[in-house]
Order: sequence, then structure tokens, then C-alpha cells
Amino acid sequence: MGRYVLQRMMYMLITLWVIITLTFFLMHSMPGSPLQHEDKIPVELKEQILKQYGLDQPLPVQYVKFLGNLFQGDLGTSFKYDGRSVTELILQGFPASLQLGLQATAVGVLFGLLLGCIAALRRGSWVDNTANIFSILGYSVPNFVLATLLAYFVGVKLGWLPVGLWHGPEYSILPSISLAVLVIATMARYIRTEMLEVLGQDYMKTAKAKGLSARTAITKHALRNALIPAVTVLGPLVINLITGSLVVERIFAIPGMGWMFVDSIQIQDYTVIMGVTIFYSALIIVTMFLVDVLYGIIDPRIRIGGVKE
Amino acid sequence: MDRNNVLEVKDLHVSFHTYNGEVQAVRGVSFEEKKGETVAVVGESGCGKSVTSQSIMRLIPQPPGVFKHGEILFEGNDLTKLPEKQMEGIRGKDIAMIFQDPMTSLNPTMTIGKQIMEGLVKHRKLGRAEAKEKALEMLRLVGIPSPGSRIDQYPHQFSGGMRQRAMIAIALACAPKLLIADEPTTALDVTIQAQILDLMNDLKEKMDTSIILITHDLGVVAETADRVVVMYAGKVVETGTVEEIFNRPRHPYTWGLMGSMPRMDLSRDTELTPILGAPPNLLSPPKGCPFASRCPHAMKVCKEQMPETTDASGTQRVACWLEHPMAPSVEIPHDLVGGASK
Repeated sequence: MGRYVLQRMMYMLITLWVIITLTFFLMHSMPGSPLQHEDKIPVELKEQILKQYGLDQPLPVQYVKFLGNLFQGDLGTSFKYDGRSVTELILQGFPASLQLGLQATAVGVLFGLLLGCIAALRRGSWVDNTANIFSILGYSVPNFVLATLLAYFVGVKLGWLPVGLWHGPEYSILPSISLAVLVIATMARYIRTEMLEVLGQDYMKTAKAKGLSARTAITKHALRNALIPAVTVLGPLVINLITGSLVVERIFAIPGMGWMFVDSIQIQDYTVIMGVTIFYSALIIVTMFLVDVLYGIIDPRIRIGGVKE
Repeated sequence: MDRNNVLEVKDLHVSFHTYNGEVQAVRGVSFEEKKGETVAVVGESGCGKSVTSQSIMRLIPQPPGVFKHGEILFEGNDLTKLPEKQMEGIRGKDIAMIFQDPMTSLNPTMTIGKQIMEGLVKHRKLGRAEAKEKALEMLRLVGIPSPGSRIDQYPHQFSGGMRQRAMIAIALACAPKLLIADEPTTALDVTIQAQILDLMNDLKEKMDTSIILITHDLGVVAETADRVVVMYAGKVVETGTVEEIFNRPRHPYTWGLMGSMPRMDLSRDTELTPILGAPPNLLSPPKGCPFASRCPHAMKVCKEQMPETTDASGTQRVACWLEHPMAPSVEIPHDLVGGASK
């Protein structure tokens, strides 16, 4: 187990390094420069600023320097917000994004599970049909469309909830729903299919033949088995959530990382782009790792690394 | 209900409603199970033997399954009408079941120990520690080596034979009065088959359990059963003791079954005689004897009217027009006389 984790860590670091390198060179190959819109600055001053940030040096040198600083935990300072370090900016934006992400995941998984189970147990009923239609809709409507619609109807027309900004729990409801719908839809679909499959398995008959009630048989025997494939999609889903939050945060004007990320790309704030990319990548990589671990916990046949206890 | 009987199935009719119509899977099955007896229910696939056995446990999904008629008497209760709650109290405690495929009938995400303990906790109201103790004892009883470490393992860590042993441990944990074994050896290697049958016979003596053995393997029947119920197209065509069925079978379908079984006492060159044709479609079963279309001795009456079940001896009963006093006498195929059981 220890060896497996260590091995995985190595792979994770290599993945991260590849992402960093790719992003770094892609970012610099974007047309323009951080100062392209600043027409009023004299040329000498521009050169001085570029020099101050080390942007006058050849790209490979900048790259090596960046990696060197990264190893010491230094992501550099933002071009836009003078004197503020990227780490500081990330830490400032992260709590809102984290809260949003966690809320959306929790709501999505919980309701998805519930909906999927009910649909499977009441197969062919109106509940099942409604759940199916909802799943297809939730799956196919992009979250930015949903976010805009929610903001317009619930926020503006009905005035029930704030349309944007981030000043308290009620501000997180609409963006969380916008993000959670995809999770609910995906989870419900997977759980329903899986549940139906599991309910027809022989071991469910064994459970019933033991005298267990239908409820016990489902909670103790069916649920865990039905969860196995759902866990596999949980990884990509969470990643979807993270990337989805980039847009949704923007729509609801939430001062989270998503907004910061989009903003930094538009003004070519190189250090912030790099910092946020690294942060997001690390988050996704770790999430995938955790999902793998979770998979092994739920399904004893896939004990990590094939190690027998 | 006879006091010596554990179970009486009387004129049971079970149907399934499908898109194509009503499939009459069981059409009037009657038999009884005496205390301590092993009754084998034999017949080809689709003859209704599994439906009968699952009806006793009421494991048939309802809908689409329906009990149309008849009763299943167990300790004075009609199991077809018992409320679900009471049925839960009987399943696993008084009547237990072993299924065909041990590879799929154990929950892959639960340890073997826990799967044995469930029934004990439910029916015997045992605490966790006691239940575990009892589960260990059961594993030892069914011959699983080093049960102490095996109890915490998952099904995928067990071989097929071991899993079937674990299934038997689950089924017998609460010392049921009746054990229904639905093709318990079909999915196993031949060598393991014999072990599992021996184990079942052995435990039956030890725990004083009666067994209903569903199988299509006549070798298994000869080895374990006291009495045999031969089913065809949802009906019982012949019942009798093992000796009667193997030595003096009376129904042409039973002859067919015996004739299609490989035997050690015949020379290698003897060809097996298969039963030609296929069983009738139970969506629209024939009004006469269901075997008539495949029966070499079929008469006009066979196709028109179902024969009554008649007593051939105190223990042997046959549903065939050949038993009628007016029927022409038909000899049992001579190679079956007295030989099939050996």
C-alpha cells in the first residue's frame, strides 16, 4: 500500500510537470503581451517593467527560473495586482470556490443517488419517467445556460434569491444548483441502471432467501454494489464541476478562483495563469487519486495495487 | 395436513404475465415432503421445477408472477397467502435455499462471515459476537479450512466449491426444517459435485433437515434422493421412490429421461436415445397430455384430455393414459428394466 501511494505520487508529480510545461509555452505563444493595452506608458518604462518581471529574457531561461521558484513554493507576483503574490490571490479566491464545489458535489451526489434509487425501485412508474426526463435534460443543458436562466427567472423575475456576488449562504444557492444539476443527472442515470442490474442479481435472491426485508436487502446488499460504477464517474464529474465553476463563477460574479482564472487569461497575467493552472491541475490529479482509493474501499475485489491484505 | 409431512404442495398453479400473454409455468403440481426425506424434483429446463421451488420460498417476483390456484402447506400455514412479514420470518429460519451458481449468489462486497451472520442476527436475535462465533462454527461444519481467517474474506477469495460450502453454511445457519437446493451442483466441477452432495447428505443427518433437491442430473438423484418427482411442462407426470423411478418407471417421459442418460452398465457402442422434439410452449399449453406430441406411444385420447394421476403402488403415482385399464399394454423399453439405478 505504501509503495503504491509513493508510486502514484511520482506519477502525479510527472503529470503536473507536463501540464506546467505545456501551459507555460502555450501561454507565451498567445499573441500579445501583458502590456499590450497600456499605450500611454513610454517605451523605456515598458522595457523596465518587462525587465523587472524577467520577461525580457529568452523563454527557456524564464521557464527554468519559473520552475526554480516553484520548487521553493514561490509562484511569483501578479502583474495586475501590483505587489500581491499569486499564492495570496489563490488563497483569497479559493474559499468561495471550495464552498461552491463542495456544496454542488454534496447536493449532486445525494439527490442523484436518491433519484436513481427511487427510479430503479419504481421502474416504469411516473417517478421513473420524470427522473429519466430530468436526467436527459440535466445532462444536455450546459451549466452556463442553466445558470443564466436561473439568474434571470429566480433572481430577477421572482426576486427570491440574489442574482450575483458572494455575501452569505443565500448567495451560493443558485450557483450551486447550476453546477449540481449535471451531477444529479449523471449520478441518477448511473445509479438507476446499476441498481436495476444489481436487483436482478442472484445474491439479492440469496439475501431475500435469508429472510431479510426488502428494505434491508436493498440498503445492505444492493446499494454498495450499485455504487461501484457510480464512483468511477464521480472523478470526471468533480473535474467537470471544477471547470464548470470557471464559467458559473463568472456569471454570478463570485470572487472565486474561476473568475480570477478567466480574468488572468484575458489580460495575460502570466504568473496568475500559471499559479491557478497548477492549483487546478493539482486539485484534479488529487481528486482522481482519491476516487481510485474510494473505488478500492467500496469494491473489495479491487484492492489497491493488487496487494492482498 | 399429515403430521409426518413437512411440506405439502397441492395443485399449485403459477403463471407469469408477459407481453406475449400468460405463461403457465406451473400447472397443477402436487407433492409432499416427509420429515427427514430428500425429494428430488427432476425434469428438463423450463419444466417449472425452479418456479415450484421459488414459489415455496415465495421468491417469485410478483408481478409478473401470480399464484393462480392451489396451496403450499407448511406447518399449517398456506405459504401462498401468508403476509410478507410472516414470510420473512420463515425464510432463512424454517425454510432455506441454496442456489445454482455459487459464483453469483454471494454478495461480492460483503465478507463471508457477515453474510452468514445476517440470518442469525435476524432470526436468532444473536449479538454480533455470538453470531460470529456461530458463523465460525458453521464454516467449520461445512468443511472450510482455517475458518478463523476465512470468515473475514470476501467471496472472490473463495473457490467455486468453497463458495457453495459457504452458501450451505448460510442456508443451514439457523438449522432450517426444510432446505431447498436448486441445482446445487450444476455449476461445479464433477469432483467438487460429489463433495458437495456428500456434505449435504451428511448435514441433513446431523441437523435433521428435509431436503428438496431440484436437479436435471439423474446421477445426483440416484445418489441422494429418497423419492423423485418427475416434472414436465409445468405438471408432475410421475412420482415414486428412487427404486421405483429407476427400476420400474411407468411414464413414457421418465423412460425417455432414463434412456437419454449415459450408463456404466451398457457397452460403449450403445447409443443414447434422446427424446425427440421440444416441450410445448407454456403460453398456450395443449389441453391434453403435454408429452403427447413427443410420446412414441401417444393415443388419440392423449392429445385431447389430460390423464388423471393414478396410483401404481402405495408410493408411485403416474399421470398417463397407458395406466388406464382400456389402454393397450406397452412394455417398458427393455434396457431400462431394473438397470438404470446401477
